[in-house]
Amino acid sequence: MKKSGEVVIIGGGISGLSTAYNLARLGCKDVVLLEKESLYSGATGRCGAGVRQQFGLEINCRLAKGACEILENLNELLDYERDIELKQGGYLWLLTTDEEVKLYKKNVQLQNNLGIESRLITVEEALEIVPYLNPEGIKACTFHQKDGHVNPFQVSQAYAEAAKRLGVEINTFTEVTDIKVKNNHIVEVITDKGKIATNKVLNAAGAFAKHIGEMAGVKLPLKPERHQILATEPVEPLLGPMVISTDLACLQEPQGSFIMSYSDPDEPEGVNISSSWRFMEEMAKRVCTVLPILSNIKVVRQWAGNYTMTPDAAPILGSLPGVEGFYFAAGFSGHGFMLGPMTGVLMAEHILGKETTISIDKLDIGRFERGELMREPAVS
Amino acid sequence: MISNKDHENTIVCRCEDITLKEIRDLIKEGFKTVDEIKRISRCGMGPCQGRTCRQIVMGEIARTTGKDVSELRLSTFRAPTKNIKIGILAEAAEG
Ligand SMILES: Cc1cc2nc3c(=O)[nH]c(=O)nc-3n(C[C@H](O)[C@H](O)[C@H](O)COP(=O)(O)OP(=O)(O)OC[C@H]3O[C@@H](n4cnc5c(N)ncnc54)[C@H](O)[C@@H]3O)c2cc1C
Ligand code: FES
Repeated sequence: MKKSGEVVIIGGGISGLSTAYNLARLGCKDVVLLEKESLYSGATGRCGAGVRQQFGLEINCRLAKGACEILENLNELLDYERDIELKQGGYLWLLTTDEEVKLYKKNVQLQNNLGIESRLITVEEALEIVPYLNPEGIKACTFHQKDGHVNPFQVSQAYAEAAKRLGVEINTFTEVTDIKVKNNHIVEVITDKGKIATNKVLNAAGAFAKHIGEMAGVKLPLKPERHQILATEPVEPLLGPMVISTDLACLQEPQGSFIMSYSDPDEPEGVNISSSWRFMEEMAKRVCTVLPILSNIKVVRQWAGNYTMTPDAAPILGSLPGVEGFYFAAGFSGHGFMLGPMTGVLMAEHILGKETTISIDKLDIGRFERGELMREPAVS
Repeated sequence: MISNKDHENTIVCRCEDITLKEIRDLIKEGFKTVDEIKRISRCGMGPCQGRTCRQIVMGEIARTTGKDVSELRLSTFRAPTKNIKIGILAEAAEG
């Protein structure tokens, strides 16, 4: 392991990996990435990897659109030998109340103004897209064809390989245990494998970002929260788009397995990756209501990962005036994977003191003190 | 442990159709734990959840890294162990 680095990145998930690559791409090659387990073993390797541009907040729409355009060309951009398996089968959003229809109509308007070609559709139109959908209780839907799904392992691996080729040093099974700050400047990162002198640290530690913040004496308003998910055996193609509502999210991978998940409002705060039987039963019940055809398919796998929540469900990107050289990219709730390609571009630009492609001023940590919360309304 | 080169076309993971050669190439490329190999190749993610292939992959990692199988990082075991139909789980939830 190197003894010093211009930038040290903590976390080998999508945020850390894509920032590492983009730093090197922009000419900053003296980058050291530290990951306490294997690469993409955190939320990134545990997520559903749905990709969408249907958001209700302008900044999220912009980030997601930018990220999706990068994903569309990622194999070539990163010269990747394997395939990231992008499937743009769309997201079909099920709306079950008049209030939801009203809100999503507004979201579609915003999305269209930003060049995202989503549309509000009738239940009949939705049935043409997903013939197996149970229309009961659905008032209308929104649909956007360019949303979809990608293989999270392949995307992360593609970034890791491209970063390494450009000279980034990646150290796995290396845990950061402390960060030294002197006169309000970052000076050193301590790991269980040795010390690295540096003036710039990116905290991309996902569910542990709060903990990393504390090492540098910074309090981040982050809450890790378990989310559970399951996969079925592979079957013939039955479902084109991701079907999503306030009750669940369900998609079929290109290789045939269904992946599904729902958010439990009673989930307590904390880092937790254990699976519960209750989730599996409740998930099965919910999906049978919406897509009854799935009742004959077998579950083969169940797992869990952590969302990292912020008070307004929008991420924190940026730096902190009080500790020079301390940067963060965290708090992505349920959509940090799909934003990852853009997170990397913006964080690399920001760390190198360049103007960012999309302004991240409003995503700074200061917004919580200023009371300028973002509030993303389109979360499932 | 399979050491003969002639056996490289042997299917290690029947669920995901992965050969011994593919596993050996991945280890050579630097994927050195069961989890890393599983994520990049799907080996162990099939309907049997690695019951058939995991041992062989572990043997290969042990052989290349010179470690004993007992020293390797084990893949997290994921419930359910039996394949259960979604409809049956849903009925149970209805109680
Ligand atoms: C069940 C589930 C489903 C999801 N579905 C989707 C989806 O469909 N679409 C989507 O876009 N997002 C989804 N998400 C969210 C998404 O997974 C995350 O927002 C995203 O992966 C965050 O990436 P990250 O790189 O910031 O964090 P992570 O991937 O968590 O990476 C952080 C890394 O930091 C490492 N680390 C922590 N502490 C230390 C330390 N002290 N030293 C060294 N390394 C350390 C960790 O080991 C980890 O690998 C889902 C999440 C879950 C749990
Ligand atoms: S043989 Fe590998 S998952 Fe079944």
